[in-house]
Amino acid sequence: MTAALLTLTDMTLGYDRHPAVHHVSGRIERGSLTAIIGPNGAGKSTLLKGIAGAMSPLSGTLARTPGTRIAYLPQSAALDRSFPISLFDLVAAGLWHRTGAFGGLSHKDRHAVHEAFERVGLQGFERRTLDALSGGQLQRALFARLILQNADLILLDEPLAAIDTKTSADLLAMIEVWHAQGRTIIAVLHDMQIVRDHFPQSLLLARECVAHGATVDVLTENNLGRARQMIEAFDEEAHICAQESAS
Amino acid sequence: MIFDALIAPFIEFEFMRRALVGCLALSLAAGPVGTFLMLRRMSLFGDAMAHTILPGAALGYLAFGLSLTAMTIGGLATGLLVVLLAGLVTRATRLREDASIAGFYLISLAIGVSIVSLKGSNVDLLRVLFGSILALDDPAMMLLAAMSTGTLLVLALIFRPLVLECVDPAFLRSVSRAGGPAHLIFLALVVTTLVSGFNALGTLLSVGMMMLPAIAARFWAVELTGIIFAATLIGLVSSLCGLILSFHTGLPSGPAIILVAGALYLLSLSFGPQGGLILKLLPQRHLEA
Repeated sequence: MTAALLTLTDMTLGYDRHPAVHHVSGRIERGSLTAIIGPNGAGKSTLLKGIAGAMSPLSGTLARTPGTRIAYLPQSAALDRSFPISLFDLVAAGLWHRTGAFGGLSHKDRHAVHEAFERVGLQGFERRTLDALSGGQLQRALFARLILQNADLILLDEPLAAIDTKTSADLLAMIEVWHAQGRTIIAVLHDMQIVRDHFPQSLLLARECVAHGATVDVLTENNLGRARQMIEAFDEEAHICAQESAS
Repeated sequence: MIFDALIAPFIEFEFMRRALVGCLALSLAAGPVGTFLMLRRMSLFGDAMAHTILPGAALGYLAFGLSLTAMTIGGLATGLLVVLLAGLVTRATRLREDASIAGFYLISLAIGVSIVSLKGSNVDLLRVLFGSILALDDPAMMLLAAMSTGTLLVLALIFRPLVLECVDPAFLRSVSRAGGPAHLIFLALVVTTLVSGFNALGTLLSVGMMMLPAIAARFWAVELTGIIFAATLIGLVSSLCGLILSFHTGLPSGPAIILVAGALYLLSLSFGPQGGLILKLLPQRHLEA
C-alpha cells in the first residue's frame, strides 16, 4: 500500500480566469516516477507550476503531504546567463534549505557542492561563468543543483529539450538514481520513446486529464488521438464553465 | 610640486576635506548599487529616479531654506513613495516595471518643476540640479555618511536573494519568498544612494557616480565580486581626482567628478583587460582547448 504524496481534486489552473488545466483529479504516489505528456498548449507546464506552488488553483484543491520538500526545474529559458556569477555559486544555491538567505557554506557544504559537480560530470567547471557554457553543460549544472536540494518531490519541465543523446542518457540515469532513492519525480516530456523506456507512470494531458496510470495503458493510439482533438482554441468570449456554475 | 597640486588643497581648506570625505563615503555605496543596476539592465533607471527626487527636495528647500538635511529627507520621501507605488502597480496590473516607473517619475518631475518655478528662483533650480559639494555642512555630511553605511549594510543583508533574483528568479521563488522584497529593498537603496549623491553632485549628475564606475568596472573583472570592487575603486579615484580638478580649474565639483569618472570609463573601454576594445583589435591566436 503506497501513500499519496499529492492529491489533486477537480483542480483548475489558468491565467485571467481562462483555464489552462481544466478539472484535473488524480493522485501521485510517493516514490513514483511520472511523465506528463500532451500536445503543445495542453497545460503541462502550468500543471507543473501548480504542483510546485508557483500558482494557485482557480478552483479545486491540491493537497500535498505536509513537510514535502519540493525542487522545481523550470524550462531553462528563465535564466539570465549574462549575470557574472560562477557556476559554483549557481549550483551552491541548491543548499538554500541549509544556508537560507544569510548562512555561509561550511567545509562540508563545499565538499557536497564539489561532489555534485563530479556526479554530473562537470568537475573543473566550478569557476566558469554562465555565459561560457553550452546548453547541455548548463542543464548538467542545474541537475547538480537539484542533487543538492535533496528534495522529496522533484519537478522537471522539459529537462531534455535541446539536449544531445549522451547528455540525455546521463540525465536520465540521474533521474533513475533519484527514483531508486525513493524520491517522487514528475517530468514534462515530449519524446514518447523515452517515456516508454524510463517512466513507469504517465499522465496524458490535453487541458483535461485524458489518461493517467501505467505508461503502457496511457500511451495508446486511441488516447493520443483523443488528446490531439481535445486541444481547442483559447476563446476570448468563453462562457463561465458549466461544471463551475453547477457546483 | 606634486604636494602643492594634490595634497595641499585638502590640508589648507576645510571645505575640501569635508567634500572629500563626503564623496568617498558616497563612492563606497554608489559602486555596489550601480553594479547591480547595470547587471539588472536597469542602467537608465537611475536617471528616472533622479528626476523623481526633485519635488521632495524642492519642498524641503521651500520649507526650511537651504538646508541639505531637509532637502535630503524630502527627496528620500518622494523617491521611496514612487518606488513603492510603482512596485505595487507592477504587481497588481499588466504594466511592466519600467512603464509603471516612467508613469510616476514623470508626474513627480512635473510637480517638482512646478514647485521650483512657482516659489523659487532659477538659481535654486540650478542648485538642486547641479548640487554643491563644497558647501557640505556637518549635519549633511553625517547624514551622507550614515546613508552610505546603511546602504552597504542592507545590501550585504539582501545580497544572496538579490543575486538569485537576478540570475534565476524562478528558482528563487521555488525556495524562498525573499525575491520580491529583496528587489523592492534594492530599489529603495538606489533612491538613498541618489539622494546622498544629489547634495554633492546634483540630482542630474548623482546618477553618474553610480553608473559610470560600474560600467567601467565591467572591463576589469569577470565575476560579480571583482566588478563591485573595481567599481568602488573607480568611484573613489574619480572623487579624489575630480575634487582636485575642480579646485585647480574652477569647474563645479559635480561635473568635475563625473568627467573624471567618464574619462576612466573611456580608458577602461579602450584598455580594459576584459573585453576592452584595444585588446579585441590585437590579433590573437586561438587556444587548443
